[in-house]
Amino acid sequence: MIWLLLGIAVWGGGWALNIWLSGRPVSTATSLAVPVVFGLTLVVIWECLVRGLEISPILLPPPTAIGARVAVSGDILWEDFVQTVIKGALSGYVIGCLAAFGVALLADRFVFLRRGLLPVGNFVAALPIIGLAPIMVMWFGFDWQSKAAIVVVMVFFPMLVNTVQGLLAAETMQRDLMRTYGAGYWTTLVKLRLPAAMPFIFNGLKIATTLALIGAIVAEFFGSPIRGMGFRISTSVGQLALDLVWAEILVAAVAGSAFYGAVALIERAVTFWHPSQRGRAR
Amino acid sequence: MRSVVPVLTVVGAIFVIWYAAAVWLNAPWARDVAARADRTLSVTELVADTWAQDKPKLPAPHQVAVELWDTVVGQNVTSKRSLVYHAWVTLSATLLGFAMGTALGFVLALGIVYNRVMDMSVMPWVIASQTIPILAIAPMIIVVLNAVGLSGLLPKAIISMYLSFFPIVVGMVKGLRSPDVMMLDQMRTWNATRVQEFLKLRLPSSMPYLFTSMKIAMAASLVGAIVGELPTGAVAGLGARLLAGSYYGQTIQIWSALIMAAVLAATAVALIGLAQRVVLKRMGMA
Repeated sequence: MIWLLLGIAVWGGGWALNIWLSGRPVSTATSLAVPVVFGLTLVVIWECLVRGLEISPILLPPPTAIGARVAVSGDILWEDFVQTVIKGALSGYVIGCLAAFGVALLADRFVFLRRGLLPVGNFVAALPIIGLAPIMVMWFGFDWQSKAAIVVVMVFFPMLVNTVQGLLAAETMQRDLMRTYGAGYWTTLVKLRLPAAMPFIFNGLKIATTLALIGAIVAEFFGSPIRGMGFRISTSVGQLALDLVWAEILVAAVAGSAFYGAVALIERAVTFWHPSQRGRAR
Repeated sequence: MRSVVPVLTVVGAIFVIWYAAAVWLNAPWARDVAARADRTLSVTELVADTWAQDKPKLPAPHQVAVELWDTVVGQNVTSKRSLVYHAWVTLSATLLGFAMGTALGFVLALGIVYNRVMDMSVMPWVIASQTIPILAIAPMIIVVLNAVGLSGLLPKAIISMYLSFFPIVVGMVKGLRSPDVMMLDQMRTWNATRVQEFLKLRLPSSMPYLFTSMKIAMAASLVGAIVGELPTGAVAGLGARLLAGSYYGQTIQIWSALIMAAVLAATAVALIGLAQRVVLKRMGMA
């Protein structure tokens, strides 16, 4: 009972704090503090509800138990992280994005190819490509190679479509100016069209980060060596070790956000000139 | 229309590559069988064999087409051997999840647009929730809901909902905020209430955004339903066909389930596109 009351008190307190915070003039501090307060309140309410209502830890472990599990099984989590994120997702991400970039350059050079590839690419990007996972496992074996392969296929089309669109972003006026400078195809590409395409390319890169992790994890449901995040999640659910599952999810969440954040940081450095970035310089 | 020829060329090239890859990937097995029977294969025999194996590494397109025909037209719709039955199982979860996700996304977007506190506290988490590989939670949601007594359609639909609410939130927040200050001021000079402002200005101007997000949400929802079927032990649905196929090496079955999923996704997205065109035309926006 005491836990439930505490939960309600924290809820009310967090709510009041957020209303007060959002009423203040907007600054970096308030726009950071409000979501943090919201998140912390949710976690505390979760803890209080689990303890107050005596929910079985098999159904929903409290955050403290998950934290303890992370501290205890650090080496397992690290092993899975290396297997899934570094070997599977990251290598596939790099290969897939580079391949898509190359094909996009080709498609840009040859209009015929672009007219043909772009509708097909848009179509394929909407398909449930994750379904290819069992086939990739069959072709490339249980280890990380098959996970990298499915990631390559998953990130390829969003990246391709975005890059091709980006390469069309430079305006006719700017291209004409390059021609009056006597610049050839490659000079125009490197000095004008690639920089102009960067916002689109980074959009594709950001979409691809999430897809890469999803692909690597789900592919492990179809078969994997005895390590990896997807493997650990599916087997731990079977053993009802839900605290380990939540610990893996926490790692996946942190890895996913860090991956996305890293790409977003590089984007900010590369496309500092773009209107969407200029507003938040300081 | 000028892109018809290039698209057909690319699609044709895909089929050519597919057939060639089938020869390349299935050839070792064909040679192996022939070697054990003390025969050597001529090139035509080899090609014919690679395109007609029982459990090929990569089935040729016509094998998949035959399997599709057999399981779609050749079986009773209620039979467990019918692909239509499995597609319907997946589609029902997809549609339910999509409806729930759209409703949730709509409500969240309303809250975010009309409530500053919610805008500042919820919006960053909505975005952060998408950098998390949500599908990883799928097995747990299924098992936990099963333990509480929920099974069948609803757990899968919840995963679909989780995947599909995000595009709707982002699109609708953008859409509901798309009327500019001038229009909002005009509403105020007409002494419009907040409800009137919402119904007559914000909601209509958000329609193009809504349909675009619904297309993305539908595709995401189907992925959610398919992945949601994996941990339940392959009972029914396209995801179950994929899993069973990968257990027993039935590649043709995997590919036909994949094509079916692709057809479902394409049809659903096309239907939304059609609704978009009709609605926007009646509203004078297209």
